[in-house]
Amino acid sequence: MSDSTPAAAAGQAVSQAVPASPPEKIVEARRLVKSFGQTSALRGASLGVRPGEILAVMGPSGSGKSTLLHCLAGILTPEEGEVWFGGQRLDTLSDDRRSELRRDRFGFVFQSGQLVPELTAQENVALPLLLAGTRRGPAMTEARKWFATLGLDGLEQRRSGELSGGQAQRVALARGLVAGPEVLFADEPTGSLDSVSSELVMNLLTAAAREHGTTVVLVTHEARIAAYADREVIVRDGTVSTLTGAQP
Amino acid sequence: MSVPLTLLGLLEREPSHGYDLKRDYDAYFGRGKPLRYSQVYATLTRLARDGKAIAGRAEQGAGPERRRYVITDAGIADVERWLSEPAPPEPDLQSELFAKVVLALLLDRPAGRYLDLQRAAHLQRMRELTELKRHDDPLDVLLADHAVYRLEADLRWIDHTAARLDLLAPAVRR
Repeated sequence: MSDSTPAAAAGQAVSQAVPASPPEKIVEARRLVKSFGQTSALRGASLGVRPGEILAVMGPSGSGKSTLLHCLAGILTPEEGEVWFGGQRLDTLSDDRRSELRRDRFGFVFQSGQLVPELTAQENVALPLLLAGTRRGPAMTEARKWFATLGLDGLEQRRSGELSGGQAQRVALARGLVAGPEVLFADEPTGSLDSVSSELVMNLLTAAAREHGTTVVLVTHEARIAAYADREVIVRDGTVSTLTGAQP
Repeated sequence: MSVPLTLLGLLEREPSHGYDLKRDYDAYFGRGKPLRYSQVYATLTRLARDGKAIAGRAEQGAGPERRRYVITDAGIADVERWLSEPAPPEPDLQSELFAKVVLALLLDRPAGRYLDLQRAAHLQRMRELTELKRHDDPLDVLLADHAVYRLEADLRWIDHTAARLDLLAPAVRR
């Protein structure tokens, strides 16, 4: 689906004029279909997330859960169906507009921190603010605050190669939260960590999210990690199971 | 695990003698702990008394007295209810989870739906234990962790089994 067609632009105008997403859902997927070549990843997946909710999206490998997260976050666009964010149709927006949304209103944490190796830990955390136009001084000051919150004091000047897996993932978490996102998308955030580090990261993630009222969409295949969420849904063969209360 | 409900489930397949039920129970669920004949016949007598099964006439033969039992609608309803309810998520559940999945496959009931309900019940319990860990003292956390890891083992088995139901069904009905 192209995002720059007149039809898409028209859809955008209509969706902005008539917000149809119920206010109790900050993020919503409606009957998403998405394929990669001959492989069908999503086959009519629907999902709603309430503001401030921590939702775990579970499912076996290849079930489509990461694709669903990427569609919800505007990283991918579905071939069919609709994605809504805060009463606004997201999937019909232009690439530039979706990039702005991701930068200004969403945060991300991935399985392997994906820190920029050339930057210090503090610069990595400050990155979303710098990209959004905040001056370096205030951005670094804001980033610094997160080191105490996440038990990372003293590690500000280290580069990613000088951090343990658990420390790097906490830096990634700080980077995901530093700009005050409305929604944090976390894709297997503890996937590369041992059980003790996983627990620490999840305790910090959920505590920070609750303190700031951040909505979290957490993709995980581990039940122990999903147990930190308020609710879970299961993605199976590209659809969301309704047996576990998929529709809030 | 409920022996009466398991025997009732086996009885739902076809009218059977106590001997057949004991043989099948031991094959599917005995695992080195076979039922005693006295337990089988006492259970069948109770099921008949409670209207869950009907005992046929005594058949005379060379051996001991034999009766054929037939499940009633009330018995079928009990099996149906049991197979669709998740068990309370506690440690050492494996025998009940196993029995319900095997019986659901034998009776062509929705085993996947049962596993989904059981998964939801397990996850709810894990959420409660995880919440508990935020507040309580280290020993309580240690205990909660133990329960969480055991529930996690069940959940892995549930997911693994759910992914293989198509293969398992013909094997169970062999």
